[in-house]
Amino acid sequence: MDWLLEPFQLPFMQTAALAAALVSVTCAMLGVYVVLRRMAFIGDALSHTVLPGLVVAYLNQWNLFGGAIIASVITALGIGWLSRRQALREDTAIGVLFTGMFALGILLMSTVRSFRDFTHILFGYILGVTSDQLAVIAGIAVAIIVTLLLLHKELELTSFDPVHAEVIGLRPDLLRYVLLILMALAVVAAVQAVGVVLTSALLVVPAATASLITNRLPRMMLVSIGVALFSSLAGLLISYRIDVSSGGAIVLSCIACFAVAWGVNALRQRRQQRRAHANVA
Amino acid sequence: MIPYRATRNKIPAAGTASAPALLAEDVTVSYADGDTPALKGVNLRVPVGSRVALVGPNGAGKSTLLKAAVGLLPVTRGTLSLFGQPVGRFACPQRMAYLPQRGELDWHFPLSVRKLVLTGRYGHLGWLRRPGARDWAIADQALAQMQLSELAERQISQLSGGQQQRALLARALAQEADLLLLDEPLNAVDAATRSVVAETLRVLHAQGKTIIAATHELEHLETDFDAALYLVDGRET
Repeated sequence: MDWLLEPFQLPFMQTAALAAALVSVTCAMLGVYVVLRRMAFIGDALSHTVLPGLVVAYLNQWNLFGGAIIASVITALGIGWLSRRQALREDTAIGVLFTGMFALGILLMSTVRSFRDFTHILFGYILGVTSDQLAVIAGIAVAIIVTLLLLHKELELTSFDPVHAEVIGLRPDLLRYVLLILMALAVVAAVQAVGVVLTSALLVVPAATASLITNRLPRMMLVSIGVALFSSLAGLLISYRIDVSSGGAIVLSCIACFAVAWGVNALRQRRQQRRAHANVA
Repeated sequence: MIPYRATRNKIPAAGTASAPALLAEDVTVSYADGDTPALKGVNLRVPVGSRVALVGPNGAGKSTLLKAAVGLLPVTRGTLSLFGQPVGRFACPQRMAYLPQRGELDWHFPLSVRKLVLTGRYGHLGWLRRPGARDWAIADQALAQMQLSELAERQISQLSGGQQQRALLARALAQEADLLLLDEPLNAVDAATRSVVAETLRVLHAQGKTIIAATHELEHLETDFDAALYLVDGRET
């Protein structure tokens, strides 16, 4: 028990645990819509496109959060704008913007002699989260969770049946923009924890795990939150105990949960099939 | 209540207005700019309380006319109005209910049948308000009317095609609309569904509702409808 709890008595570990929990729970809730609306690729793109924003902010010693928020909101709006009216398929628009922005980030990074300063941006450094950063992360988390709760009915309906939504006067495209901006904000908070490269995992894996276990949206959200909370704390502990990357450990913990859910789901399906066969015979 | 669409003009109360439920004058609709129109100069007048069938083969423009009427497709020429108001600015979506074709929905979405029917209440709730006891009661009543009460807690993909069709009609009932626009309500459904739907349409008619339905069925046309519009290749015939 001590082996489990003792690390969390250290102040920096407490800050890290709080940051990881806030980030992962926020991403897990948002992720349910991301998975149901097949927006996983956008999540990946958004997390990569914050790079130039972070680098520009870093080079000019501006606020890193500010730079990331601007870059990701530009991308979110850009994807919506490029793919409106089906002039360009959405995944193509994402592919163009995502690689373009990431390349811009790499180009900007290469103007600095050493890459070392940027490893924290790319791979996250949750153990180094300051109390100021924690406050920003908490602010973003609260804003996203409150918005999701207030707009739950509308987000659910536009995800399931955008046509009915439009007929009753809702604007599915507007809610899509809201979701994209929320994703952009979540990415900005998550980059701190697991870095640019692994952030989309937090948006996708807990929700995907939940989707294997239940077929009701509220339950799916709860399971997703549970998986995210467990994985962030387990990952943090593993990273502390065996001295490995915290971002990597958190994401792999999510993946382990996913693997278990996949196994359970496969067994359940096989049992159902066998029962169906038995009934026929 | 904060409505989803801001109301600009005053709506005459149901029944008191002399304007027809739907009036189409020389309506032309294209799916994209420059395409051959899917609907070419169609005229239709549907008085309040009547039942009108839209008849014709696939691709004749029946669905297009319904979609234009509920504001899903823009009218490129002519005028189309509901209760005397042009559809583009029709400021009272609560007065109409639209039944889409069953294939247009994602049935694997994690949603129960009861919740699906409840979404018929959202137009009356607007932003921020949650469904109350009255909304759930209306949804349950619509489920009972469609003989789906026992399946209410099932996930929507676990229904048969006919049951899914009834669930969608239950949602349209829950909207408590004055005008129902139904796209192929009887397409490829079982006998049980057929009789439940037909009975429901009779009840709605007795309540004074206006019904416009696209259909393949020619059998019961005279008994189930007051008038029919025959469409071929986007034109009246």
